Amino acid sequence: MFEVVAFYLFAFLTIAMFIVTVTTKNALYALSSLAAGMIFISAFFFLLGAEFLGAVQIVVYTGAVMALYAFGMMFFDSINDVKESVANPKLTFLLSGVIALLVVAIFTAPIVGANITAHYPVGISGEHAGVVVGNAQDVGLVLFTKYLVPFEVAAVMLLVAMIGGIILAGKKMDISVTEMAEHDIDHHRTDSEIEKDIK
Amino acid sequence: MSITLNDYLILSTIIFMIGMYGALRRKNLLMLFFSTEIMLNAVNIGMAAISKFHGDLTGQMFAFFVIAIAASEVAIGLGLLILWFKRHNNISLDSLQSMKG
Repeated sequence: MFEVVAFYLFAFLTIAMFIVTVTTKNALYALSSLAAGMIFISAFFFLLGAEFLGAVQIVVYTGAVMALYAFGMMFFDSINDVKESVANPKLTFLLSGVIALLVVAIFTAPIVGANITAHYPVGISGEHAGVVVGNAQDVGLVLFTKYLVPFEVAAVMLLVAMIGGIILAGKKMDISVTEMAEHDIDHHRTDSEIEKDIK
Repeated sequence: MSITLNDYLILSTIIFMIGMYGALRRKNLLMLFFSTEIMLNAVNIGMAAISKFHGDLTGQMFAFFVIAIAASEVAIGLGLLILWFKRHNNISLDSLQSMKG
């Protein structure tokens, strides 16, 4: 009973938050509701017995991704309303519906098959010792044996992404605006504008 | 009455649809990134649910890798977005038509 109530409560909250994210005109509201939706999604992972995944969801999404977006938004004029022009909204609805139906078909097709056996059943690490282990231990055992190579590739990919992000966003960051005098800042801005005109 | 796999998959589909709607409807590149995050999270819910109801940990593993990919996508994408904003002073999708395709 508790599970049913929790599922429907968090389902309602998550859907409401994400609808706010995709429909609001204010970028700050979108960011805040997206962060709230991410936290509510971690509740589903806890309900599903994937405690480690739930903790990772909170740490990575609301800790790292949302902070990155918040810092990134300092570069944009996020106070103003988002201006948009939509050419044909009916096509959007049609495409969304068709793609959603396709996703349902893709996800339910293997379940219709119903002869799937678990390669890595839950609780394998405690089987031979005869003890009950938690989800984090299970995840660790599978992640560092069967999925060791993808794990290392993911680590390299994250390193590449970090270096790429620094190089892309960090251009001209050798000039510190806070240490410059008011006159120098104005002078610097005119310099960059002249540069843009030449291009 | 208890929650079945179908309920989780329906929820996952609804959230994916919201994200897809956002990705198609919004013309702001930042909103496009938010919609992508929503879609990735919807898929994560589906994979965690299948992992639970089939008693198999592979779904959770894939969810971890999806989270890792989402994090690196944000880092690179936001870097490109800041670069674009510095050059053109807006992040509208309509300004990305230099090739006139």
